[in-house]
Amino acid sequence: MSIAAPLPTVRPGQAAQEQPTKIDVRDLHFYYGVKRALESIDIKIQSNLVTAFIGPSGCGKSTFLRTLNRMNDIIPLTRVEGTVEIDGKNIYAPGVDVVQLRRHVGMVFQKSNPFPKSIYENVAYGLRINNLARSKAELADRVEESLRAAAIWEEVKDRLHESALSLSGGQQQRLCIARALAIRPEVLLMDEPASALDPIATQRIEELIYDLKKNYTIVIVTHNMQQAARVSDYTAFFWLGRLVEFGRTEKIFTAPAEKLTEDYVTGRCG
Amino acid sequence: MERVTRHFDEELELLQQRLLSMGGLAEDRMADSVKAITHRDPVLVERILIGDEPINSLHIEIDDRCFKLLALHQPMAADLRAIVAAVKINTDLERVGDLAVNIAEAAKRYLQHPPVKPLIDIPRMGDIAQSMLRDALDAFVRRDTQLAESVLAADDTLDGLKTQIFRELLTFMLSEPSTIEPALDLILISRHLERIGDHATNIAEDVIFMVSARDVRHHIADHPSQS
Repeated sequence: MSIAAPLPTVRPGQAAQEQPTKIDVRDLHFYYGVKRALESIDIKIQSNLVTAFIGPSGCGKSTFLRTLNRMNDIIPLTRVEGTVEIDGKNIYAPGVDVVQLRRHVGMVFQKSNPFPKSIYENVAYGLRINNLARSKAELADRVEESLRAAAIWEEVKDRLHESALSLSGGQQQRLCIARALAIRPEVLLMDEPASALDPIATQRIEELIYDLKKNYTIVIVTHNMQQAARVSDYTAFFWLGRLVEFGRTEKIFTAPAEKLTEDYVTGRCG
Repeated sequence: MERVTRHFDEELELLQQRLLSMGGLAEDRMADSVKAITHRDPVLVERILIGDEPINSLHIEIDDRCFKLLALHQPMAADLRAIVAAVKINTDLERVGDLAVNIAEAAKRYLQHPPVKPLIDIPRMGDIAQSMLRDALDAFVRRDTQLAESVLAADDTLDGLKTQIFRELLTFMLSEPSTIEPALDLILISRHLERIGDHATNIAEDVIFMVSARDVRHHIADHPSQS
């Protein structure tokens, strides 16, 4: 007769394994002209986990997300102080190739923005301009691989040469994710990727995020707290340009350490 | 910082009031069940035996409120802990109501016999269990973890009294077999009172969890791996 093995003593909140640091931000300040939008941000984002940024409108969470692939560089009169290291290299160091950086740190936006081209071309575009496919066959393989990774292949495989604009909102967003994945980034930044989608399309994106973290480090900005709670391993709460609290998601949403976080996640302020 | 008035707060307040009504009922019935046996009052016994309905319907109503609050408001942090605590406290209070009925059933049998002995420790146990229950509910209303901790401490006294009653009645049963039946009922009653203390302890633990997010059950806080 066999005796059941004793249950492992894993306690809730300890399920997600610690991962190595992928992005290490130290004493980061960010200015729009003279206005300081981010103040002294310190955070270590772990690889192959999902980190969510939450906070009220104007708290700096999207600004901070955009500092992680220097997307703010294109906004005039902005200034950054401090360091953002990805894999130990400061992305703000002189001589950093920003185009190369953004190949490693892909981004998906709130509003899906497919090119007015075919579904296939949307994904193939980045591969072509970066010379990432040596033959037509390899290009087709990479397109398929990306569309599969973004969980949209089955829906579009028979209409790859139709316009991307013929897709639904949710499909367009997944196509944009496929486009971002095509160049095989290591980090994926998502700025409210599901805020314009219906609940079913949102659920698909959330499932996709869950699957993608096996291969990517994901940082997501969301206004939807339930979404942050569902998809992320770690959550950072921003308030008036400061990082108030950063910790395991289950801790932030069940027993936050800071009163301000508690008031925000329970809807008492903001 | 701007405070937002929340519809949820009104619902939470209402839920708390209903839980307190239930707590009051459970406490009264528990106290009455002890009174029925110490005063040898068969009328009171009958009243307890047939009067479980209000607690049962509150049990269902409170569960339903909690369920809807969870589904419709998707509460977080302190709000989430409050609802989860309410669900558990509700179950504990319903069990206290059931135990009052169990005590009345034992009392009904006990009253058919002459008294085994003057009852001293049973009313003492009743008083302790009742004040534990009251303190646990006060701690819930006032979000008072210190008061809740005191409830946990009182449980040991109750356990000690139960053991003492058992030993004492054992001597009666050994010396006079005709006392076996009523003495067994007294032992059962002491067991029911001890269980009521356990439910009060559960409620106090839930209050500590609700207020400070600390899980003190099974001395889990002593465990080094708890985050």
